[in-house]
Amino acid sequence: MTTSKPIKPLPPHPMDSLLRTERIPHIWCPGCGIGTVFGAVLAAIKNTGWDPNSIAMVSGIGCTGRMAGYIKLDSFHTTHGRALPFATGLKLARPETKVIVVSGDGDLFAIGGNHFIHAARRNMDLTVICVNNLNYGMTGGQQAPSTPLGAKTTTSVSGSPEEPFNFSYLASACGATYVARWTAMQVRSLRSSISEALEKRGFSFVEVITPCPSSFGRRNRMGSALEMLKFYQGRSVIRGDIDPKDAVMDIDKEIVVGKFVDIERPTFMDHYEKFNRSQMPQWRSMHPETSKGR
Amino acid sequence: MNGDEACCEGALAAGCRFFAGYPITPATEIAESMSRRLPQLGGIFIQMEDEIASMAAILGASWGGVKSMTSTSGPGFSLMMENIGLGICTETPCVVCNVQRGGPSTGLPTLVGQGDVMQARWGAHGHYEIIALCPSSPQEMFDMTIRAFNLSEYYRLPVLIMADEVVGHMNERVIIPREDEIEIVNRRKPSVSREDYQPYEADDDGIAPMANCGDGYRIHITGLTHDERGYPAMNAEGQEKMVARLVYKIRNNRENIIRTKNFHLDDADVVVVSYGISARSSMQAVRHARNEGMKAGLIKLETLWPFPEELIRSVAPQVKAMIMAEINGGQMALELERCAAGACSVSLVSNFGGAIIHPGLIYNAIVRAVKGKI
Repeated sequence: MTTSKPIKPLPPHPMDSLLRTERIPHIWCPGCGIGTVFGAVLAAIKNTGWDPNSIAMVSGIGCTGRMAGYIKLDSFHTTHGRALPFATGLKLARPETKVIVVSGDGDLFAIGGNHFIHAARRNMDLTVICVNNLNYGMTGGQQAPSTPLGAKTTTSVSGSPEEPFNFSYLASACGATYVARWTAMQVRSLRSSISEALEKRGFSFVEVITPCPSSFGRRNRMGSALEMLKFYQGRSVIRGDIDPKDAVMDIDKEIVVGKFVDIERPTFMDHYEKFNRSQMPQWRSMHPETSKGR
Repeated sequence: MNGDEACCEGALAAGCRFFAGYPITPATEIAESMSRRLPQLGGIFIQMEDEIASMAAILGASWGGVKSMTSTSGPGFSLMMENIGLGICTETPCVVCNVQRGGPSTGLPTLVGQGDVMQARWGAHGHYEIIALCPSSPQEMFDMTIRAFNLSEYYRLPVLIMADEVVGHMNERVIIPREDEIEIVNRRKPSVSREDYQPYEADDDGIAPMANCGDGYRIHITGLTHDERGYPAMNAEGQEKMVARLVYKIRNNRENIIRTKNFHLDDADVVVVSYGISARSSMQAVRHARNEGMKAGLIKLETLWPFPEELIRSVAPQVKAMIMAEINGGQMALELERCAAGACSVSLVSNFGGAIIHPGLIYNAIVRAVKGKI
C-alpha cells in the first residue's frame, strides 16, 4: 500500500538571484529557443563572478527584447532597433558598467542595421547577443533580413524573394572584436562563447540560430521544436578559425558554427582618451559639483 | 557669441556632460561647440550615425546618471520623435534643442522658420504633455538652456528648446553669471531602501524619484505601458493610470512651468502674442504703436508648451483684439483663438518661413485692430 507523500516545495532555481521571479511565467511560446539562450546568458553572467549591480542589459523590441524584462539587473527595454545607440549612451556615461545588448535578427539588422554597423565600427565596448530565429516572431512570423531565400512567412507566402544577410560575416566586416555562431542545441559551446564575449573588451557578437516553431517552423513544415533543433544542429559544421566570409549560413546546405573572430582593437573610449584627454593632466569627473539642487 | 554657442555654454553651466548629435544646419554650431568644450570638462561628445541614434544615446546616458542633450533642426527633429516618446514614457530627463528652419522636408536649411511648434507639442505618437521653451536672443539661449535642464531634471521628461535659425546664428553679447549665481536642479534620488523602491511610485507632486543605472536598485525600464514597478501593465486600467500621471505631473504644475514676459498689458486695447525671433519684431511694432499713441501690448511666450491658457483667458475679455505673429501658417494662432474663445478678435501676421516678420506688418495689424477693422 502506498501513502501519498506531501509535495515538497521546489528547491530554488540556481538562477533565481538573476531573475525577476515575480514576472514568471514568461511570454515565450513552447519550444522557443530564446529560453535556451537566456539560460546561457544567465549562466555566463554568473560565471564571470561580477557584481550584478555593475551589469546592465539593454534590449529593443521583439520576442528577444523581453529578456530585459525578466533579468534582475538594471535592464532597459527600449524602442525597436535602438537598443545599440541607447546602450552606447549608457556605456559612455557609465564606463564601469558592463552593458549587454540582447536582440533579435529583425531588431538588430533590419530597423537597427545602421546602428549595428556603426557601433561595431566604433568598437563600442558592448556585448551583443543576437537570437536569430529567421523571422519576426512577435508579430506573427514575417519575413526578416535573415529569412532564407524561398522560405515561407506571412509576408512571403510563396517564398521569400530576398537573399538573407550573413550576420556573423557582417559583424566581422564592421570591426567586431569577437564573433561566434552556434545553434541553440549547442548549449555548452554557446555558454562558453557568451562568457568569452562578456570578458572581451570591445564590440563582441554572438549569434544563435534558434527554432521558432510557432511561426517559422510551422509555415515551413519543419516539425516540432525538437525536430527543428535537431535539424539546425544536423546542418551545423563546426569550423573555428576560418575566414568569416566562409562562415556559411544556409539552412538548406550548411550552418557553419564556431568562433570566427577573437582580436584586440582599441575601443571608442581608448581613442577618445588619446585624442581628447592626453593634453590634460587629470581627467575631470563626469559629475560636476552641482549639489545646490532644490 | 552666437545663439548656438550660447546654448552650448548654458548646457555646460547646467551640468550637461554628454552630447550625442548629428550635423544639421542651422544647429551644427551647437554640436561643434560641444565637441570642443565637453572634453575640457570631463564629458563625452559623440557624433552618432543619425538623429534617431542621437536621441536614443542621450536617453541611455541620462539613465547612466549624466545630464545629456542633443541638438537638431527640422528633418532631424522628425527622426527624434520616436525616442522623444520613449523619453516621455520612461520619464527620462534630457534636453533637445531644435534650431528651426523652413520646412516641410529639407525646406530651407539656412533660413528661418517656426513651423515645428505643433510638432513639438504632438510629434510623438500617443497622448502626453510636453515642456517647450522658446528663446529669442543668444542671452535667452544661455538662460533657457539652463532652465530646460532644471525642468527636465525636476519633472523627468525631455524638455524641448524651440529656437530658430536667426536666434541660433545671431551674434549678441551674452552675460554668463558666476557659477554660484546659477540655480541648478538635480533629479530627486530615492529615499527608500532598495527593496522598497519602485521606479514609478510618485511623490505627492506626481514626480517619482529616480534611481540611475548602477545605483544598486536593479531597475527595469520599458517603453511599454507600465506600473509603479516599471513592469508592463498592458490593459486599459494600466494605461489610464500611467498616462494620467504623465499628463498631470505637467498640468498640475503648469503655474511653475509657464513663463511669459508681458509688456503694457494694463491698459492695452490690442495685444500682440509672439515668441522667438518674431517676438522681437513684435516688440518693435508695439513700441512704435505706443509712440504713435496706440494702446498696444505684447505677450512674449517664453514657454510655448504648456500654453498660458489662464493668462489668455483673463486678457482676452479686456482687449479689442489679439494678434499672433509667427513664422508659419498659423499654428500657435490656433491655440490663441481657442483660449480667447471669442472674447476678442484674433488675427494672424505671418509668413511661411525664409525671412523674419517685418515689424511694419505687425504695426499695420495693430493699426487695423485699433480702428476695429479686423
